[in-house]
Amino acid sequence: MQPTSHAFKQNAHEALENPVLQEALGGIRTGWQAARGRAAGALPEFEQLRDTGRDIKNHVLAHLDLYLEAFTAKVEEAGGKVHWARDAAEARTIVLELCREADARTVTKSKSMIAEEIGLNPWLEANDVKPVETDLGEYIIQLAGQPPSHLVGPAVHMTKDEVSDLFHKHHGGERLEEGGALVGEARRVLRQRYLEADVGITGANFLVAETGSIITVTNEGNAELTQGLPRTHICIASIEKIVPTMEDAFTLLRLLARSATGQEFSAYTTVMTGPKREEDLDGPREFHLVLLDNGRSKMVGSAFQEMLRCIRCGACMNHCPVYLAAGGHAYGWVYVGPMGSVLTPQFVGIEEAHPLPNASTFCGRCEEVCPVRIPLPKLMRHWREEQFNRQLNPPAARYGLALWGFVARRPRLYRLATGMAVGAMRLLGGRQGRMRRLPLAGGWTGTRDMPAPQGPTFMQAWKKRRGAGS
Amino acid sequence: MSAARDAILARLRQAIGRTGEEQAKAVETVRARLDNPRPNLVPAHTRLDREGRVALFCEKALAVSAEVERLARLTDAPAAVSAFLRRHDLPQKMVMAPEPMLDLAEWEQQPLLRVRRGTAAPDDAVGLTVAVAGIAETGTLMLASSREQPTLLAFLPETVIALLQAEDIDGAYEDSWQRLREGLGRPPRSVNLVTGPSRTGDVGQKIELGAHGPRRLLVLVVEEAFGEAGDAPR
Ligand code: SF4
Repeated sequence: MQPTSHAFKQNAHEALENPVLQEALGGIRTGWQAARGRAAGALPEFEQLRDTGRDIKNHVLAHLDLYLEAFTAKVEEAGGKVHWARDAAEARTIVLELCREADARTVTKSKSMIAEEIGLNPWLEANDVKPVETDLGEYIIQLAGQPPSHLVGPAVHMTKDEVSDLFHKHHGGERLEEGGALVGEARRVLRQRYLEADVGITGANFLVAETGSIITVTNEGNAELTQGLPRTHICIASIEKIVPTMEDAFTLLRLLARSATGQEFSAYTTVMTGPKREEDLDGPREFHLVLLDNGRSKMVGSAFQEMLRCIRCGACMNHCPVYLAAGGHAYGWVYVGPMGSVLTPQFVGIEEAHPLPNASTFCGRCEEVCPVRIPLPKLMRHWREEQFNRQLNPPAARYGLALWGFVARRPRLYRLATGMAVGAMRLLGGRQGRMRRLPLAGGWTGTRDMPAPQGPTFMQAWKKRRGAGS
Repeated sequence: MSAARDAILARLRQAIGRTGEEQAKAVETVRARLDNPRPNLVPAHTRLDREGRVALFCEKALAVSAEVERLARLTDAPAAVSAFLRRHDLPQKMVMAPEPMLDLAEWEQQPLLRVRRGTAAPDDAVGLTVAVAGIAETGTLMLASSREQPTLLAFLPETVIALLQAEDIDGAYEDSWQRLREGLGRPPRSVNLVTGPSRTGDVGQKIELGAHGPRRLLVLVVEEAFGEAGDAPR
């Protein structure tokens, strides 16, 4: 998709003035955000599991070459075919060729962010292969001609009323209003598509090196029908999705649903290993796995390596005040919210995506809830440094940062300056503890209040604690 | 496309940058981890005795909108299935896994119940299959594809019934997977972990059941192991 990340500010302004969108976003707070809190609280080992999840991912990244070799050997042993793709164009070409070999006119797809990342749908359409999204959220945005606005709920920005209109327009017949009826109608329409499809395309949440299996997680059961009915199953997945063993997958699965929707487990977790066995009564005759790099191997060993731990749960956006105000489309590309602010510049370039790493209050909620403990604010800060080095910032920000850099390198001055700033900010915040305007940051406080710092600065508190402790 | 493979692996190796000695160690670490899979942290509340596991399984499955019934023996299944279908105003007709073990249930006890064996076709309204394990932790069924247990049975019909032996209910996912690993070696083509009926929250963030997979899921937990004395023809 053509990125519009450079226009984040404009996009966000429009979003804030859209009451329908605001209503939809409000639902995330009371829905997924609250549910995640309950689910995390109900599992005593949750915090420890997050450490384990982080460690598994770190271990994989440190041995990624070896695990990829082991995984692909196992896929082939199970009768599958592996296709490596360096970039989006290579991946698209492979998928199209596979579709042509299968004489495919229509393909069903279950939700895949990788497919979004490589722009698969427009490419297939341009080449006379009709992709049909089967995840209900993806189906809705496909009908609406929109990109996803959320990792887990791509159509979360739309209200039921809007879906009613959309279905009425595309399916004809009576305009249905009740949620159950709308879901039932989509079920009927898509059932036919599953049966017609020549190829089914899925993504993967995990790739298991031990067995050469792919794991999909859905609530709808659409991945199973997508890969189980057509003759050919193509799975597209990126290289960092590897886990060593099923045990490792289970650890991460315990984190995934709880972090995403607050469920203890999604309705369907499916482990698929190769194509249909000779004696099986169903399943695809052919299984192809497209393994995508698209810049990830360059992130290994870089300042952004930790981002490769992401399991795409969406918790960071569900807890992000900026996302919850601006919505996903404001971010202007496939990946949105805090994880998108780190990833999008990787894919579309920091020149295009320059507002994203700044689209943060640095409140730290994203890192607090990230199941694999990705330090998202730190990674956004890395991009800001990068930007600063490349002189991509507006003059006021550059001036402020240069000043900050000058002061920060001089500890005594820094302590004095931050102490003074806290005092000044507290004055500005007044009694409510909120500042409506921040000097040099009008664009930022135009749409939100900055919490005025309470109490001493971190350095003062730290010194006091150390003093008390020793 | 082995040029792509070589390029990606070369870039990774360069980024990771191991010395010869580190390389040998890394190869060994990976081999050991893959050859000898071990559970990581498993939540303590899943460590229960048999009755505790069955009770937790039932509680969790109910909580995700499955229906659960406990039966003393497999031969109680036909009556339970027939009553369930009546309760939901469904025709007395279903497609059932060609699992030979299921013959022991004596379906002819319910002469009105029409049973076809095989995998599901698009117009089958009710499917019945056997779960290889139940996982108490989240009320999850483990289905494993085979000649006797086709996968689509659990996904195409709007109503799905699964039979589960109480003794196959484990505490945690790892326990069930380890049994599968020991029993089969390589996993079957498809292992489905099923937790309640199909659902979606994609329309207005409200949960609706029956998105693509089944709208209804009935789990019959059978106390006595299939094929034990009580199930022999009387
Ligand atoms: S960055 Fe963390 S919280 Fe955000 S989607 Fe990825 S794993 Fe989830």
